[in-house]
Amino acid sequence: MTNTKGLVTGVNGNMVTVRVEGPVALNEVAFIEVEGKRLKAEVIRVRGDSVQTQVFEMTKGIKVDMPVVFTGEMLAVELGPGLLGKIYDGLQNPLPEVAIKTGYFLEPGIYLDALPRDVKWAWTPVVKVGDTVERADTLGTVPEGTFTHRIMVPFGMLSSYKVKSVKPAGEYVVSDEMVVLEDSDGKTHSVSMIFEWPVKRAIDCYDERLKPTEPMVTKTRIIDTFFPVAKGGTYCVPGPFGAGKTVLQQVTSRNADVDIVIIAACGERAGEVVETLIEFPELIDPKTGRSLMERTIIVCNTSSMPVAAREASVYTAVTMAEYYRQMGLDVLLLADSTSRWAQAMREMSGRLEEIPGEEAFPAYLESVIASFYERAGIVRLKGGEKGSVTIGGTVSPAGGNFEEPVTQATLKVVGAFHGLSRERSDARKYPAIHPLDSWSKYASVIDPKAVAWAHYFLSRGSEVGQMMKVVGEEGTSLDDFMIYLKGEFLDAVYLQQNSFDPIDASVSTDRQRLIFGRVVKVLGSSFEFKTKEDARMWFSKLRQMFLDANSIEWNSPTFTEADKAILDFLADKVTGLHAAAKTIIENLERAV
Amino acid sequence: MKKVYSRIESIAGNVIAVKADDVAYGELAEVSTRFGTSLAEVIRLDSGLVSLQVFAGGRGISTGDEVRFLGNPMRVSFSDDLKGRIFTGAGEPRDKGPTLTENLIPIGGPSVNPTKRIIPREMIRTGIPMIDLFNTLVKSQKLPIFSVSGEPYNQLLARIAMQAEVDLIVLGGMGLKYDDYLFFKDTLEEGGALQKTVMFVNTAADPVVECLMVPDISLAVAERFALKGLNVLVLLTDMTNFADALKEIAITQEQVPSNRGYPGDLYSQLASRYEKAVDFSDSGSITVLAVTTMPGDDVTHPVPDNTGYITEGQFYLKGGRIEPFGSLSRLKQQVNGKTREDHRAIMDGMIKLFAAYRDTLEKKSMGFQMSAWDSKLLKYGELFEAQMMDLSVNIPLEAALDKGWEILASCFEPQETGLQTKLLDKFWPKKAD
Repeated sequence: MTNTKGLVTGVNGNMVTVRVEGPVALNEVAFIEVEGKRLKAEVIRVRGDSVQTQVFEMTKGIKVDMPVVFTGEMLAVELGPGLLGKIYDGLQNPLPEVAIKTGYFLEPGIYLDALPRDVKWAWTPVVKVGDTVERADTLGTVPEGTFTHRIMVPFGMLSSYKVKSVKPAGEYVVSDEMVVLEDSDGKTHSVSMIFEWPVKRAIDCYDERLKPTEPMVTKTRIIDTFFPVAKGGTYCVPGPFGAGKTVLQQVTSRNADVDIVIIAACGERAGEVVETLIEFPELIDPKTGRSLMERTIIVCNTSSMPVAAREASVYTAVTMAEYYRQMGLDVLLLADSTSRWAQAMREMSGRLEEIPGEEAFPAYLESVIASFYERAGIVRLKGGEKGSVTIGGTVSPAGGNFEEPVTQATLKVVGAFHGLSRERSDARKYPAIHPLDSWSKYASVIDPKAVAWAHYFLSRGSEVGQMMKVVGEEGTSLDDFMIYLKGEFLDAVYLQQNSFDPIDASVSTDRQRLIFGRVVKVLGSSFEFKTKEDARMWFSKLRQMFLDANSIEWNSPTFTEADKAILDFLADKVTGLHAAAKTIIENLERAV
Repeated sequence: MKKVYSRIESIAGNVIAVKADDVAYGELAEVSTRFGTSLAEVIRLDSGLVSLQVFAGGRGISTGDEVRFLGNPMRVSFSDDLKGRIFTGAGEPRDKGPTLTENLIPIGGPSVNPTKRIIPREMIRTGIPMIDLFNTLVKSQKLPIFSVSGEPYNQLLARIAMQAEVDLIVLGGMGLKYDDYLFFKDTLEEGGALQKTVMFVNTAADPVVECLMVPDISLAVAERFALKGLNVLVLLTDMTNFADALKEIAITQEQVPSNRGYPGDLYSQLASRYEKAVDFSDSGSITVLAVTTMPGDDVTHPVPDNTGYITEGQFYLKGGRIEPFGSLSRLKQQVNGKTREDHRAIMDGMIKLFAAYRDTLEKKSMGFQMSAWDSKLLKYGELFEAQMMDLSVNIPLEAALDKGWEILASCFEPQETGLQTKLLDKFWPKKAD
């Protein structure tokens, strides 16, 4: 507490100007006292004794000369056991608890404890009296769901400490004093199971950041094979409205091969969050056999909730992600949508009367986006184990045009780009990730050379398709036409995936390798067809067989049968196999 | 009684500024001019200087006019007396009825806690096959009607208002042509629906600031009725006028414009209105249908573009018909599985064939020869347009499904439709002879 106080001098939208006496820090939290309510605000500019704050609530009713209290603390979140399974707003208010208190509507000025104070946790001490510890060292553990939650030395305690006392194993609530630490000056510090960390500072209590190399499997074929994401990597999903961004994120949040998923619903429709809220507790995580909600945290600041809190929500989410990374876990953060977050910055920048950049976004847009994505990463912790934060953000470009500032700023800093296209979603080709525009710098679950070889059929096939629109089928050579058919075939049976089919919705990497091998066999084979119509008929038959097989359970006798039927059907017509394809298939078979 | 201020410091567009103290952000004031009194809302506080947005506009205001602060934000009277009444955007009677002053409620209230929302589950029947059958409207949905000026969107809105099975209709008119206002009034009166309607109408001749109030005032009233257990349908026309009013005020306020002159918070402004659509689990609901005219038929224009990101689909009105392509109800999957077993199959099957018909049309226009299959498609397309798409068609969902089978049977052999054999056996019309 700095005891700095001030008085309101101006209100403009959600920006309130305050005249202060005493020191203030940038990004410090202040409370405006409005007729018995305290409205949370953040300092965003200091000019002499005049301070501008963005208020996280509606500002109706604020008057000039109302008192303002400064806390001296930056906007922070509570970290400790019990975060998993929670639903928070952008300021880490637990929404179900808020609902109990205020009913249907989100009344301003209500701030509740993020972590319940009455839940008991089974504490097992790790340190002994006399041990020397520093920040992020484990003091003890409590079980949280299937995880061992580490109670660590708060990250803000920067020197080295001696353990003075430790609570014995037993049941405690989060606010109980668990350990007393003594610093070199003999000052004692009480440590409980929770502590606060400012959201806009990255947690950096690790030894080294590593290069993201291990794939984060999403069980979506087009992503894992063609445009993979690595654990600790970053990717973005831009697309016009209705192209399926949110559905793709929902599918990823269910299937991703990580320990913890944090969903930041930032400025999007409330209805979509509701689907997740209601479905997740019912869905079973195949990895643990428990409800998906137990590995999920939802931060939801939907479009009609206050804008400044929307800006904070992505930071709240990423801070919790970094916290669980400190426990050696793999965390995936899905932010939907980063454009709404950028728009929140734009609104504030406008009120501050800053000189605008492109499309009135502030000039610091790029650096802010970059530093947010840079909080992802796979790291080696002090104990030698690894933990990762992967960030996937959707972008909602105005008019579906990727040449706009948010998409462009994001593309500069991410490792993979999954561009959704209106053309593909209109043609009901889901997921609508455009195979020619998208890219990834990460390693695939399949040899990149093989992927590139297959990708050629997509690009060349699309060229032939374009040409055919002008000269017609009759003007196209049979060879070109075959490439076109093969490209279409690859698209239909491998790139497209039915997220509503229980089997096809999630495809394991083993299955991807096998199917990819089969597809390569088709792409690399030469055939004898008399007419184009014959070729088309034969390919549509083959496509149907693959699609049917896609929805049969993996490793079941029916699948083996269907697979054999495909191979037989193929053998009937094939006249030769390209050498490159042969090598790819052999390598794949070795891997399986 | 509050103090009266009689020195206006500046007048720019519809915004005036006075030196005053103890004024709250969002508070209302009365400005007395020689043309009468007008309401004004505080939109900015800067030390002692208070900026107000004058509902009646800045024209003719003199620096010597009086400003009296009322000590409360914009409110509207709420009671059952609202039913059957017509008001202006400022909440004044437009129908020569009495002014309502009891039980005032604030407008533009806080948003609903997402955890208190439920997954939408009931369809709203409209009697329009292109909606009921192909893009079902769902209770608590927010849907815009995208169209170009000159399309009969108000006629469509009025028809839905007349036929939709809801308890109450709240109509918010923004920048409405006077003829259109009379059209709505007459249509609802003739159809006997006026008694279950509340209208807040700002016509094109009325002050632009009042236009800004219309969505909030309409939705605040709708919200209260919904909390009393009523299923409310809110019709807003035209949201592009609302966005343009926002633009006008923002520019007068010297705000930095973001895209084609619109303010940077356009998305948040639209979202805070549309997100009022809700289904209260143990009470009523609000469904929002809003017209969004697209300047130049351009869906990437900021208003339809931002709207598309907010709403749960859109109806695309073109050439006097609801286009099957481009129209989408994102919530239809929640309800169309429990209507009739052939609903989804007919919906998908007929649209696929209609897409094929459009391709054939293109081929025909390029002078390619028509095959037997093409001729079938041409016949099908014409029937589909006349008996399904035409807005004059007014039949319940079940009749529309039967009509669908009839059209298919008159054009195709059963196996040509790509529909499941099980459904074909059950529903394919038997030839009379």
